[in-house]
Amino acid sequence: MQTPTLFALLLLLILVAYGTGFSRALSAARSRGGLRNLASLPSYHGLFAALWCGLPALLLLGAWLIFDDAIIRFMVMHSIADKPDTIAGQNLLYAQIQNLSAGHLIGEASPQLQSAAEHLNQLRSNANTLQAFLILVLAVGLGAFALLRFSPELRAREKVEKVLRVILITCACAAIFTTVGILFSVLFESLRFFQSVPVSEFLFGLHWSPQMALRADQVGSSGAFGAVPLFTGTLMVSAIAMLVAVPVGLMAAIYLAEYASKRVRNVAKPIIEILAGVPTVVYGFFAALTVAPFIRELATSVGLQASSESALAAGLVMGIMIIPFVSSLSDDVINAVPQSLRDGALGLGSTQSETVRKVVIPAALPGIVGGVLLAVSRAIGETMIVVMAAGLAANLTANPLESVTTVTVQIVTLLVGDQEFDSPKTLAAFALGLMLFISTLVLNFIALHVVKKYREQYD
Amino acid sequence: MSTMTLDAAERTESARSELTGKKVAVSQAEVRKTVGQPFSDTAKLRMRDVNVFYGESQAIHNVSLDIGRNEVVAMIGPSGCGKSTFLRCLNRMNDTIEGCRVEGELSLDGEPIYGAKVDVVPLRARVGMVFQKPNPFPKTIYENVVYGPKIHGIASRRADLDEIVENSLRRAGLWNEVKDRLDKPGTGLSGGQQQRLCIARAIAVSPEVILMDEPCSALDPIATARIEELIDELRENYTIAIVTHSMQQAARVSQRTAYFHLGHLVEVNDTETVFTNPEHELTEAYITGRFG
Ligand SMILES: Nc1ncnc2c1ncn2[C@@H]1O[C@H](COP(=O)(O)OP(=O)(O)O)[C@@H](O)[C@H]1O
Ligand SMILES: [Mg+2]
Repeated sequence: MQTPTLFALLLLLILVAYGTGFSRALSAARSRGGLRNLASLPSYHGLFAALWCGLPALLLLGAWLIFDDAIIRFMVMHSIADKPDTIAGQNLLYAQIQNLSAGHLIGEASPQLQSAAEHLNQLRSNANTLQAFLILVLAVGLGAFALLRFSPELRAREKVEKVLRVILITCACAAIFTTVGILFSVLFESLRFFQSVPVSEFLFGLHWSPQMALRADQVGSSGAFGAVPLFTGTLMVSAIAMLVAVPVGLMAAIYLAEYASKRVRNVAKPIIEILAGVPTVVYGFFAALTVAPFIRELATSVGLQASSESALAAGLVMGIMIIPFVSSLSDDVINAVPQSLRDGALGLGSTQSETVRKVVIPAALPGIVGGVLLAVSRAIGETMIVVMAAGLAANLTANPLESVTTVTVQIVTLLVGDQEFDSPKTLAAFALGLMLFISTLVLNFIALHVVKKYREQYD
Repeated sequence: MSTMTLDAAERTESARSELTGKKVAVSQAEVRKTVGQPFSDTAKLRMRDVNVFYGESQAIHNVSLDIGRNEVVAMIGPSGCGKSTFLRCLNRMNDTIEGCRVEGELSLDGEPIYGAKVDVVPLRARVGMVFQKPNPFPKTIYENVVYGPKIHGIASRRADLDEIVENSLRRAGLWNEVKDRLDKPGTGLSGGQQQRLCIARAIAVSPEVILMDEPCSALDPIATARIEELIDELRENYTIAIVTHSMQQAARVSQRTAYFHLGHLVEVNDTETVFTNPEHELTEAYITGRFG
């Protein structure tokens, strides 16, 4: 039986189990004179039966789908007498067997291969039958078991709640494990990178030129992996972005939260938040095609040298992109400051701006700082705008009119195009990624901590 | 003073119609005038024909009242009858509410409270306010008290500020409890202490009038008793208007009591008269617990 069919059948069984549990509970309630005489409501009895029927079967199905290929392969390979020693050779052999069993192998096949392919086909069809059988038996059996356990005293609600909790926990863990998984994969690749390039050179080297010689006789490109120019570039662009986003975003938030009338607020807030929905690539070409040339012209007109791609252009546009982020987070925390504090300040004769400066902002400050830190980590991780507007040259410079490059830009350029996956050039991307990951993780951690501290103050 | 009395039959009629739950006709409501003694010869605050609107709906109807120098006036009445709204007119806190409009003549020592030329900042320094829920700023106790003096430029030298802090906290009866922890957050105090801190904060700007909107409703009986004592002491130096839900409290702290009903000021009299021998049926119904 095909898996989708099986799945549909399983769903049907679950529905039947739910319906049966539900109606049994209902009729039991009727004969006892009302729902109040049941330990749990009928819907919980239905869910109880449905979970027993469906959950183990679904889990088994899932496990089956994940593991059956590996097991079948193991059994096929086990039955072959003289197999190659190398993993690559084994992979090749198994691929041939698979092709043969699917019926599209070109050329002659040895009798040994033929028999292995037949064996594979046999196993597959057996597995399929076994799968359908086991899963249906499990579903029907456990569903029946749950229904047999039915009694009006059964505390179905508590059991269902427990299972639901476990399901929720599992989902939460999935998110956490994904993060951990990503961290580890990046970490291991980075370790491989640090085997060929010392950590100290990577962290403190001043020269970045990741081109490696592809052939031994190639001249020139020996590769230099000093990431300091990337860090300074990232810092400069992020700093410029924050210089734009924090004051503008914060003041916009203060205006919206403290001064604007309801009507203005209802119109202005969504408009500002639209900024957050613009795809970053749009900001990118706005930066590259409009802002950067404008800055260059402006700079030349006052007699300054400016390159056509500059940290300033990228930073300014990135700042604009982050404004809604800062303003909506600040707006939230400013609104969370209790009205009673404002009344208190106004009642003592503060003007509105004194109230904002001396009471509202100090009270909201931890939350605002948290929001700003989140915005910084966003700026550091932002890629598209800098790819398009900041340039590729790894200049170690403090001049915002020059082109710089950032960690994210270099990750992109290192991984774009045909790559060998074990050259230091490619692996360098993972090391950079690790740096990004660590710094944004630390920033987010601090930010969330600060925000949490602030929440405790008023709740 | 008793020129404000109303034809007895008409009064009884309007009271009865409200007690039986019938809607009062607008004309009748307009005719209703305050009975008792709403005026004072030594008026600190003088309000005449005050109407307050929230958008279209009118929350205060034609209220006239004086609050005398060094007098405590209690305002009582069922929830939603407009006590807070009226109180907030006196230091123009209603300005902060969108759509709120105040009409009528209000004056402090004969100077108008409302008007294009009136600056609310000095007004609010003269008319302080204590709120229902204690609302100390999330700053230290010291900073809470010096907040007002600093923004009004009353003092800036450390020694002067120290003196103000000690004085205000002493008068609010809080000094002994907090003198060793002035640098700790005001939000860390107990509810009753927080409310006294708010009173100290209000006193620190040397106001002439203190408005209190149910200052004890969030406090336990002991803290309440402490604040009631305090109000009695403060009367020597300040004029006080206090909104309260507790009739015992009104009886304990005030000289005159004003009874509000559905945005109308129904009766103002000596506190004793109001609680022992009210002139108006609605007042009587309220204090005997028939509604409220
Ligand atoms: N900010 C406001 N906006 C609109 N209506 C309000 C507002 N505050 C109070 N009101 C209305 O004004 C009336 C009087 O309210 P309030 O002065 O708070 O009464 P009290 O303090 O006596 O309980 C009520 O009907 C209330 O619904
Ligand atoms: Mg009130």
